[in-house]
Amino acid sequence: MRLALALTALLAFPALADTDPADWPAVEAAAEGQTVYWHAWGGSTATNDFIGWIGDRAAQKGVTLKHVKLADTADAVGAVLAERQTGWDTDGSVDLIWINGANFASMKEAGLLFGPFAESLPNWRFVDTEGKTVTTDFTVPTEGYESPWAMAQVVFVHDAARLSDPPRSAEALLDWARANPGRFTYPQPPDFLGTTFLKQTLIELVPDPAVLADPAAGDYDEVTAPLWEYLDELTPLLWRDGRAYPDSGPRQFQLMNDGEVDLAISFSPGEATAAIANFELPQTVRTYVLDGGTLGNASFVAIPYNSSAKEGAMVVADILLSPAAQLRAQMPDVLGYGTVLDMERLPREDRAAFEALDLGIATLSPDDLGPTLPEPHPSWAVRLADDWIRRYGVAQ
Amino acid sequence: MLRPLPLLTALVLTGPVAFGLLGTVLPAFGLLVPGADAPMAEALAWPGLPRALAVSVLSGVLSTLGALTVAALILAGWHGTRAFRWLERALSPLLAVPHAAAALGLAFLIAPSGWIGRIPATLFGWERAADLLILNDPWGLSLTAGLIAKELPFLLLMMLAALPQTDATARVAVARSLGQGRVAGWLKAVFPGVYAQVRLPVLVVLVFGMTNVDVAIILGPSLPPTLAVQVTQWMTDPDLTERAVAAAGGLILFGATLVVLTVWLGAERLVARIGRVWVWSGRGAPERVSRGLGLTLAGGSAVMVLAGLASLAVWSVAARWSFPDLLPEALTLRSWDRFGPDMAVTAGATLALAGAATLLSLVLAIGCLEAEHRFGLTLGQRALWLLYLPLLIPQVAFLPGLQLLPLSLGIGPSVWLVLAGHVVFVLPYVFLSLSGPFRAWDTRLARVSGGLGASRNRTLWLLRLPMLTGALLTAAAVGVAVSVGQYLPTLLLGGGRVSTLATEAVALSSGGDRRAIGVLGLGQSLAALLPFALALIVPAVLFRNRRGMRHG
Amino acid sequence: MGDGLRIEGATLAQGGRRLLSLDAHVAPGDVLTLMGPSGSGKSTLLSWLMGDVPTAFRAEGRAILDGRDLTGLPPEARRIGILYQDPLLFPHLDVAANLAFGLPHGGTRTGRRAQVAAALEEIGLAGFGPRDPATLSGGQAARVALMRVLLSGPRALLLDEPFSKLDAGLRDRMRRLVFDRARAAAIPVVLVTHDEADAVAAGGRVTWL
Repeated sequence: MRLALALTALLAFPALADTDPADWPAVEAAAEGQTVYWHAWGGSTATNDFIGWIGDRAAQKGVTLKHVKLADTADAVGAVLAERQTGWDTDGSVDLIWINGANFASMKEAGLLFGPFAESLPNWRFVDTEGKTVTTDFTVPTEGYESPWAMAQVVFVHDAARLSDPPRSAEALLDWARANPGRFTYPQPPDFLGTTFLKQTLIELVPDPAVLADPAAGDYDEVTAPLWEYLDELTPLLWRDGRAYPDSGPRQFQLMNDGEVDLAISFSPGEATAAIANFELPQTVRTYVLDGGTLGNASFVAIPYNSSAKEGAMVVADILLSPAAQLRAQMPDVLGYGTVLDMERLPREDRAAFEALDLGIATLSPDDLGPTLPEPHPSWAVRLADDWIRRYGVAQ
Repeated sequence: MLRPLPLLTALVLTGPVAFGLLGTVLPAFGLLVPGADAPMAEALAWPGLPRALAVSVLSGVLSTLGALTVAALILAGWHGTRAFRWLERALSPLLAVPHAAAALGLAFLIAPSGWIGRIPATLFGWERAADLLILNDPWGLSLTAGLIAKELPFLLLMMLAALPQTDATARVAVARSLGQGRVAGWLKAVFPGVYAQVRLPVLVVLVFGMTNVDVAIILGPSLPPTLAVQVTQWMTDPDLTERAVAAAGGLILFGATLVVLTVWLGAERLVARIGRVWVWSGRGAPERVSRGLGLTLAGGSAVMVLAGLASLAVWSVAARWSFPDLLPEALTLRSWDRFGPDMAVTAGATLALAGAATLLSLVLAIGCLEAEHRFGLTLGQRALWLLYLPLLIPQVAFLPGLQLLPLSLGIGPSVWLVLAGHVVFVLPYVFLSLSGPFRAWDTRLARVSGGLGASRNRTLWLLRLPMLTGALLTAAAVGVAVSVGQYLPTLLLGGGRVSTLATEAVALSSGGDRRAIGVLGLGQSLAALLPFALALIVPAVLFRNRRGMRHG
Repeated sequence: MGDGLRIEGATLAQGGRRLLSLDAHVAPGDVLTLMGPSGSGKSTLLSWLMGDVPTAFRAEGRAILDGRDLTGLPPEARRIGILYQDPLLFPHLDVAANLAFGLPHGGTRTGRRAQVAAALEEIGLAGFGPRDPATLSGGQAARVALMRVLLSGPRALLLDEPFSKLDAGLRDRMRRLVFDRARAAAIPVVLVTHDEADAVAAGGRVTWL
């Protein structure tokens, strides 16, 4: 019978804040002694090391940070959902989630997030709210329910020793694949990087990318038709004739190191440099962007509505925004992630440190990266992934 | 104290399975998860279902047939020879190697750019690896091969344990004196008896082959994946209603398992009939071919798994290592520095969990066996089936429900829930490995001791258990190895907060950093092997001056 | 009619300790009885004749059956039948299939069935074909075991204390049956026993080891 009770509780319970995020000293006081379970994708050892470093900083403020390594961010969403469904509205198991895009949109819509808190964080004052897309996430306004911590932009990675002049547009990629069958692949959607490749190609192929800013609706089939036409041609020319795909971005790098592919996609301009430093890629690897520009977005952290350590989680989110952490994240041998901070707003010595950073051999400078293209509305990614699975993801 | 234990054990074995199935059935038919109206219809409409189900069934059935055939050929053709003792030694430790670690090693070995493929690449100076779909092939053949290699040691050791009860040596001698060759004689005279003994383990292998997640993620196809992997993906989809679809998928897989089990049991009869026709015909078997095949396949699979583990070891100390180099450019301890300390902490937690689960299981198992000895209390005629129940029901069919139901009773994911979940899977193995030696203990000693005035508890603690030290330690080692290998229960019941070497290894496998996988895979294998080493060494040291306590 | 069984310079050793040495010729239809205390290597000698010496033992010498040197031949090629104390019927096969087990390959299906039926009748067990061996009495099982060996057409018969588990009345009848059959088949027999009555019933040469 408690089951039935739990079911009736499902629809109620709005997110409630226990400590006012605006009262930061109170937040810090409450955070001391808390243990924060940060659910973050655990597939990249470089990221895991960085989270460990953040944990050391958190410990100085009396917060114990535990990294729950996920195979997929959706695992954490699922955990919060399960707790919500069963009336587990306090003392939940997830305190902080590395999140963006569809996962954020669905959690926000379902009222599963705590907030708004992001704009109350002390380090928010350094955030570049004008130049960088940190207040919308895949066109969905964040409204303070998630705090940004890294900027990402699509780059392509090639081994200059095997491929000196890589293709710089969707058309060129197809031509190159015709001449070199089996030497390119992308992570299998719904992996976010694979879906990103679909979105990137779609933006390039649709006559007017502006339609992608609105939710995918009745025009979906018409808008995406050129993409499927393109993929129908490309797929047989992919690695393993498109009958198998790598399951993640790092796995794709491994294929490159293994001499199985010559080209890879990455959502982090510095990832290749970090991978070279970690022996994961040959030293001859370089990155480049497409002529028409590439997709860019931000990574965020969000706090579930039922977290048992909301204050501790806010302290961690704030540490992530600190110049020291942002600088470390941008170091090429650590993560190579772009900062979300505005150089103009930083104290002089912090700005100098950023300017002195050597981005590494395989990292493009902000100027070379060129313009970022805005993310489509999350509904596009969801439908593209579903459609891809239907077309290419089940037995042919 | 003792009397309620058999009942408690039965509850431990059946309760979670029953609850879990309930928690899966409800959402599968549109209850419990709001917004999911017809999950079953949605799961049935998934376009990948026919292929996913076909690959699940195929890899399960083929891997079971393969492992069973190779194990039988090896015993038939080589039992009692030097080659057999070598094989037994090479295969036994592989039993403890966790599935994920073995699969990760194999994956690097057999990929076109893997260790094997690099030999011709180095010889002929290839710069690019061949574009061949060996790994993750659409029909799950590499998955099947990996499962055969991993299940072979299990079935072989189970069959080996069953040999004495089937009077195998004498039967083979008779069969050969009647003109049958070694292989034909063994298959005709011994195999039916051995199979009857290992039938339940064979069914466990069959169910595992059809429904495993960790090996299938690493070696299996992805377009579409096996049904078990797809169910796991549905379970973790951001679209919340997909969890109900996952439950429906789990149920479909459960149904398929039941059908396959039924067909398998029918096929047993058919094979028995064919066997009788064979006996009547007086025909022999292709002796040399079968012996050669058995040795090649068993030796080959042992070498593959061992080489896979060796590759993990090399990766864990590799500096840059690109295709087509056979070895890394340099060796470095950097990966151990980087991942070792965290791994050690996780290993500690893993072993603590394994130790607790094993201890609980030992208490239950000893309690049951002693109750059986003192009061003739047993779990009933179907006791063996009861023990195997949690192993015969696919994990993906009842674990999702097992996660959801406790939540609804106000019990969140916690280390205690994980511990309980581990006990469900550890207890059967501990019980099975302990029950033989426990029952074989000479009960006249108990009567002698009783006659000397010792209470029954005193006899148990001071006589029976100390004499069974070796068996207890082996059972404990088996328990620890089983617990160390548990992936899905830890992931789902711990809500991700409980991380063990198994969950870390599989999480890392999605990223594919082979150095980290190498460190973790080795750590996981060592954690599982260490107790076995202790189980061998401790009794030898303890009873070094007691000839009567040495076996064989 | 063959030459029978010749054992030439057979020596058995275990861990450097010599257990026995034997030279013998057993003519077709004759019985050689070997007697001796346990551990004297009697049963191991039979294993050696069968071609299946346990690894702990070392055997030398050779055995010649009907002029054929058995050295190096696998057990199944030697055509030597054996009976143990236990009848060792295969429990998963019915009585008829147990008998058919040793029938050499060849002939028609009906022919083989008829052969088995006739054999059952000969040992007074007509109609017992479909029975589960576990339901047979000790004497019945012993007779089936004997008939199973004979149906395989052995060129020699080894007896490893085959009567010791039968009760006294049965034992006598069984002895007669076995030795009559062996004589009728004109094959050499080697008997290993503790029981002097066995030796007397066998009527042949007795060698003490």
